[in-house]
Amino acid sequence: MSKTTLQQAFEDTLTGGDKIFVPYIMAGDGGLDGLAERIQFLEESGATALELGIPFSDPVADGPTVQAAGLRALEKNVSLRDVLGKLKDTKQDRKIPIILMTYMNPIFAYNIEAFAKDCIDSGVDGLIIPDLPMEEENHITSYLTENEVALIRLAALTSPDERLEQIAEKTEGFLYAVTVKGTTGAQVEFESTVGDYIKRVKALTSKPVLAGFGVSTPEQVRQLSAFGDGVVVGSEIITCFHEDKRDKIVELIQASKRSKQI
Amino acid sequence: MIKEGLPDKQGHFGQFGGRFVPETLMPAIIELEEAYEEAKNDPAFNKEMKGYLKDYVGRETPLTFAKRLTEEFGGPKIYLKREDLNHTGAHKINNALGQALLTQRMGKRKVVAETGAGQHGVATATVCALLDLECIIFMGKEDVRRQKLNVFRMELLGAEVVSVDQGEGTLKDAVNEALRYWVANVEDTHYIIGSVVGPHPFPKMVRDFQSVIGDETKEQFDELEHKLPDAIVACVGGGSNAIGMFTPFVNEESVKLYGAEAAGKGIETGQHAATLTAGKVGVLHGMLSYLLQDEAGQITEPFSISAGLDYPGIGPEHSYLKETKRVTYEGITDQEALDGLQLLSRKEGIITALETAHAISYAQKIAKQMNPDQSLIICLSGRGDKDVETVKERLGGQVNE
Repeated sequence: MSKTTLQQAFEDTLTGGDKIFVPYIMAGDGGLDGLAERIQFLEESGATALELGIPFSDPVADGPTVQAAGLRALEKNVSLRDVLGKLKDTKQDRKIPIILMTYMNPIFAYNIEAFAKDCIDSGVDGLIIPDLPMEEENHITSYLTENEVALIRLAALTSPDERLEQIAEKTEGFLYAVTVKGTTGAQVEFESTVGDYIKRVKALTSKPVLAGFGVSTPEQVRQLSAFGDGVVVGSEIITCFHEDKRDKIVELIQASKRSKQI
Repeated sequence: MIKEGLPDKQGHFGQFGGRFVPETLMPAIIELEEAYEEAKNDPAFNKEMKGYLKDYVGRETPLTFAKRLTEEFGGPKIYLKREDLNHTGAHKINNALGQALLTQRMGKRKVVAETGAGQHGVATATVCALLDLECIIFMGKEDVRRQKLNVFRMELLGAEVVSVDQGEGTLKDAVNEALRYWVANVEDTHYIIGSVVGPHPFPKMVRDFQSVIGDETKEQFDELEHKLPDAIVACVGGGSNAIGMFTPFVNEESVKLYGAEAAGKGIETGQHAATLTAGKVGVLHGMLSYLLQDEAGQITEPFSISAGLDYPGIGPEHSYLKETKRVTYEGITDQEALDGLQLLSRKEGIITALETAHAISYAQKIAKQMNPDQSLIICLSGRGDKDVETVKERLGGQVNE
């Protein structure tokens, strides 16, 4: 597994006429022992890749739902080391690519070099670090390149064109277009400029562009996927698992399929 | 020795500092950096700032010779830099004022800030009232409970105070919420951070605004003694009064610099806020610095009798000054701070803030290794009115015995 695995999965989805759907779950929410089963459920439901959050005590980019899920995981003392261990043990049971979403400090405490190596051993294909802008990424890039782990960059609604170009150029795997000015969590409505923004970002790169932050309904999945190549859905997936409403997860994922598009 | 011109262009003090923030905030902190650099070199801005510092804040603050404390310590001559005499009672307003003027200059009308004990919140609410800016203050729910009077003060000044339930409900959680609020409102809001922490350019900018403390001290001491002081001590939470005091002396090799951290119930108990003594390097609130954290990189709750030192991080420049051994940092316990507070009250008639009391106690230790030909300056960062209730609770009947 590596960044090629990720690229292949995206290509396969897009070639088939579907849009990319990446669900986000918090590792350890609901217990680390249940993680492999949740991953399997999402894989079987048709998700393209999985974004797996690492709990952190101070998640400044996250809204209430992800914060609460992180606290539930921290109450069970789930650490980055535990998650990588569990992913390694269950590596053979899944085909779906894994993208880790972690703040910088747990990686720092782990040791950056060892972390990059262990990602590959555990079958982690990509990495999202919400508090690591381009200006500081040289702390980690050489280790990731060496180990073939994709560093997925985030673009923001506030990023000026010049930054968007650099981000689009640098990103690996896909480009994560953040669709709200704010933290993660359900949005009733998006700003009217979001469509243009995703299209603008899309024009800058041949890599897939996924919209994320605030996407919570099948309608929004269809709407935002239409501008780019797909979506990341976090808070809503977390809530559905927490309240055991798995049929709603299936509905969300299905909204990204060709047969269900408008 | 310390290099001139730190931080570098990317905001690094050696390996420390930097900008670890979500992309959504990057354009705003780049804009802030540009606006600040421009303002700093604009004589009109500096004139305006100086005017407010003089006529509104009440600067310059005195450098008081502490005769009875000098006798008590039995070593060097002790001087006190009286930041407690500023409007709102602490050094915090030096920075709040500078950043509020900058907010106006950037054409923004709204301000967000965090506060622990409430000192920075009150200073921010004050300057926002003065300059007609909308003001929202995030404060941990535990601190709201402990500092009811300061909450009311801020509201009286026209600010909105939001109680933060997340985490343990203390200062770090208030910073998290203020950052989240800023991410969501970045286009019309400026974040007035209260110490030399956070992403670049905050540690540099706050240092510059607070350096008025050290600049005045250097000049005043030269006038009195016609030389440089031998040692300076200040308390360190995030570290803004200490940096402000140290900065003009950092390149004066003969001046020894000391920082007093909060050792709470004692370093060995794990209940403390001594980040530099017992922390490890990591990333929090946009900066790379020493932090209190566990093996997995989760930030741990600090503990101190003084709410203003109750922070699990430290300004990145302090981490650099520790690593280069330019400044010596030591933990002072709650009990030692309480002793220092009582000592200063009785010897000099000054009831100081609990934060500052850590510096008094540390100064007593340092003075033992000095002689009467030498001088020691203590940065008296704030007055103790806000802490009288806490101190009364802790001392119980002891005072009258």
